[in-house]
Amino acid sequence: MSDRTDYLDLDTKDETFLDATELVLNMGPQHPSTHGVLRVILKLDGEKVLGTECVIGYLHRGVEKIAENRTYAMFNPYVDRMDYVASVSNGLGYCEAVEKLQNVEAPPRAQYIRVILTELCRIASHQVWLGTHALDIGALTPLFYCFRDREEILKIFEKYCGARLTTHAFRIGGCIYEAYDGFEQDCLKCCTAFLPKLDEYEELLTTNRIWVRRTKGVGILNPEDCIALGVTGPVLRASGLKWDLRKAQPYECYKNFDFEIPTGLNGDTYDRYLVRIEEMRQSVRIIRQAVEGLPQGPIMAKIPKVLKPPVGEIYHSIEAPKGELGYFIVSDGSTQPYRVRVRPPSFVNLQALDKMVRGLLVADVVAVIGTLDIVLGEVDR
Amino acid sequence: MFDAIKAYLSSSLTPGEAGSMFWATIYILIITVGISLAVIAMNWLERKILAHMQIRLGPMRVGPHGLLQPFADALKLLIKEDIIPQDADKFVFWSAPVVVTMTAFTTFLVVPFGPTHAVTDMNIGILFMLGVSSLSVLGIIMAGWSSNSHYPLMGSLRSSAQMVSYEIAMGLAIVCAVLMTSLETGTGTLSMIGIVESQASQHTWFIFKFFPLGFLAFAIFAIAMVAETNRAPFDLPEAESELVAGFHTEYSGFRWSLFFLAEYAAMLAVSSIAVTLWLGGWMRPFPNWLSGSTWNTAFSLFPALTLFVLAGLCLLGTVRMPKIPQMKIQTVGLGIFGLLLGLVGLVLVIPGVRDRVQDIYWFVVKVAFFMYLYIWYRGTFPRYRFDQLMKVGWKVLLPTGLAVLIATALWGLLPQLSSAILGVLP
Repeated sequence: MSDRTDYLDLDTKDETFLDATELVLNMGPQHPSTHGVLRVILKLDGEKVLGTECVIGYLHRGVEKIAENRTYAMFNPYVDRMDYVASVSNGLGYCEAVEKLQNVEAPPRAQYIRVILTELCRIASHQVWLGTHALDIGALTPLFYCFRDREEILKIFEKYCGARLTTHAFRIGGCIYEAYDGFEQDCLKCCTAFLPKLDEYEELLTTNRIWVRRTKGVGILNPEDCIALGVTGPVLRASGLKWDLRKAQPYECYKNFDFEIPTGLNGDTYDRYLVRIEEMRQSVRIIRQAVEGLPQGPIMAKIPKVLKPPVGEIYHSIEAPKGELGYFIVSDGSTQPYRVRVRPPSFVNLQALDKMVRGLLVADVVAVIGTLDIVLGEVDR
Repeated sequence: MFDAIKAYLSSSLTPGEAGSMFWATIYILIITVGISLAVIAMNWLERKILAHMQIRLGPMRVGPHGLLQPFADALKLLIKEDIIPQDADKFVFWSAPVVVTMTAFTTFLVVPFGPTHAVTDMNIGILFMLGVSSLSVLGIIMAGWSSNSHYPLMGSLRSSAQMVSYEIAMGLAIVCAVLMTSLETGTGTLSMIGIVESQASQHTWFIFKFFPLGFLAFAIFAIAMVAETNRAPFDLPEAESELVAGFHTEYSGFRWSLFFLAEYAAMLAVSSIAVTLWLGGWMRPFPNWLSGSTWNTAFSLFPALTLFVLAGLCLLGTVRMPKIPQMKIQTVGLGIFGLLLGLVGLVLVIPGVRDRVQDIYWFVVKVAFFMYLYIWYRGTFPRYRFDQLMKVGWKVLLPTGLAVLIATALWGLLPQLSSAILGVLP
């Protein structure tokens, strides 16, 4: 605690603390727009933010510790509970990490199915982000549009694996479920129906004067800060850095697909909005290509019934909707991992909050929390 | 007694002018009940309309199509535990909602629902209305301060700054309308009834006067009144996603519902000002174009027609209700409601009644249009940030308002100016 000089220090009262113009506002953990149970302590001068401190851990469930007492396969469903709006991506990251540790690779068909579902999940996650972000800024209606359209994607998940939110769609070594009859058509139909809907969201927001005023120049993060803070995902790309693990370190079969990585220029909230909107379009492109090129064949690699990865450690990361989602797994050769460490994108991105909101107004804090797209299940684990 | 009533009803005086305490009381009672009912109706309509904009159904369970939902909510609020925070300033906390509600209702004293349908016709009517309605900021500050909590404090400070800065633009817009009343007679009037009557004598609504000046002034007022009533996109004082509930965060139960009541009553009040100043008050549309006794009769049938349409909708809904035992009460209820509306509609066809009611009807329709706009804004716009709100108020609305005011004055003087110039010229 003592060496954090640049942070808001609430324990010691300095003379400015007694200044009547300053106010310490406790935002959360019960607050309409801290996206769950985030608690932000704001030091304010009137409406101006002088500093913030995030208090996290209200949703801590000890996921990483649980892993040490479960077999590799048993831990798989737990990862879905971290970023619960993008559970498919979480499962993908974990399965791949264990596969890498075990040195197996999912068969091509499984990889394609995984890519289709993960990209659908990216769209769904961005829809939740857009709806809640718009709600934070005061636009009520996009939320309902986004959730209406997200339903189509959740229906595909439900048809595929029976679950909508915590899907547990993939298994170590591939997929356990074959694509159901009409899976391809459903995905294509969903994509075709989604694009006009996306235009509808844009119509409501992109050129809306109030929206532009509320987001342009708010929460600017330059590329150097992004790298220094370890920020990844759309937040990083909006600052102008073209870093997407799907291109930079292609996993699964992403190298087979043709898609763009949208980047922003200014690194403000508006750019992050545009980047995410464009990412949804690119996801549609990927899904269409993947559905067209969906190969035949097995969906499960040959892996032993009792999984005992060789002694060693592995770090594997994927591009989750919110940024780099990494799993560091240490194996001691037994059926249970010795240690699992998750690098959740939201947790790391949340670090940037203080940097982004200093000097802005209270209303911007809410906008910035929204634009960081944090999920507290993932931050606290 | 009966003769006195009859004599009064056939006279063309407001109770204030007639000096009749009895009629004033009756009017005040009617207005209080009417506004409360309007607020209840607004509550239902807002939820329904907003829901349909957002691809939802809105309240559907309590009564047919959720018609009884506002009553259920009111009941819930009344029997809810009344909490006063321990560290709150109890007296101020107690009196804040009273102040807000009183001011919101007092403004209706001078609202002319018809040529004689106002409690009183003050010669400073519009000034009175502005003055009283701006008192509500006092109640909001009291609420925010006495709650002894951060969110309400910030909400109330935002609110006071916002109301003060938008009142100026609002005032400028109102002065434009008052200037316009002075065109024919030479002397303007501040009386609400006088303003409508001067629109009648000039054969135009002030929104169309000196196009586009009248329209600009109206637009300034229409924006400022949304800010004045703390509604989206200017709902910063109660910005849900930032300040939880703003100045009434610590209020619950009946006190909270008083704030709610006051907010909607204030919306109705400012909409009434807008209607009176720019949209011809109680006058029916197209009085010049569609004139003559035939058209007068046709337009006087509108109140009854509206009620018949509503009754028809209700009866259609009754027919379309699912035929299952669980829905029986709802079906019967909706049917009875539809029949009641139809009955009231029938009463409004009676010549004597319909002539007296149609002024109120047109006034209410115009106010309802503004109420719809309020809901529409809420469904469409994101919220302004505080500094941007101030920028809009001081840097856009205020200069525009001043410019429109000067332009209106010059335009009004144009005949005299031109004759003066022509007189000087040889």
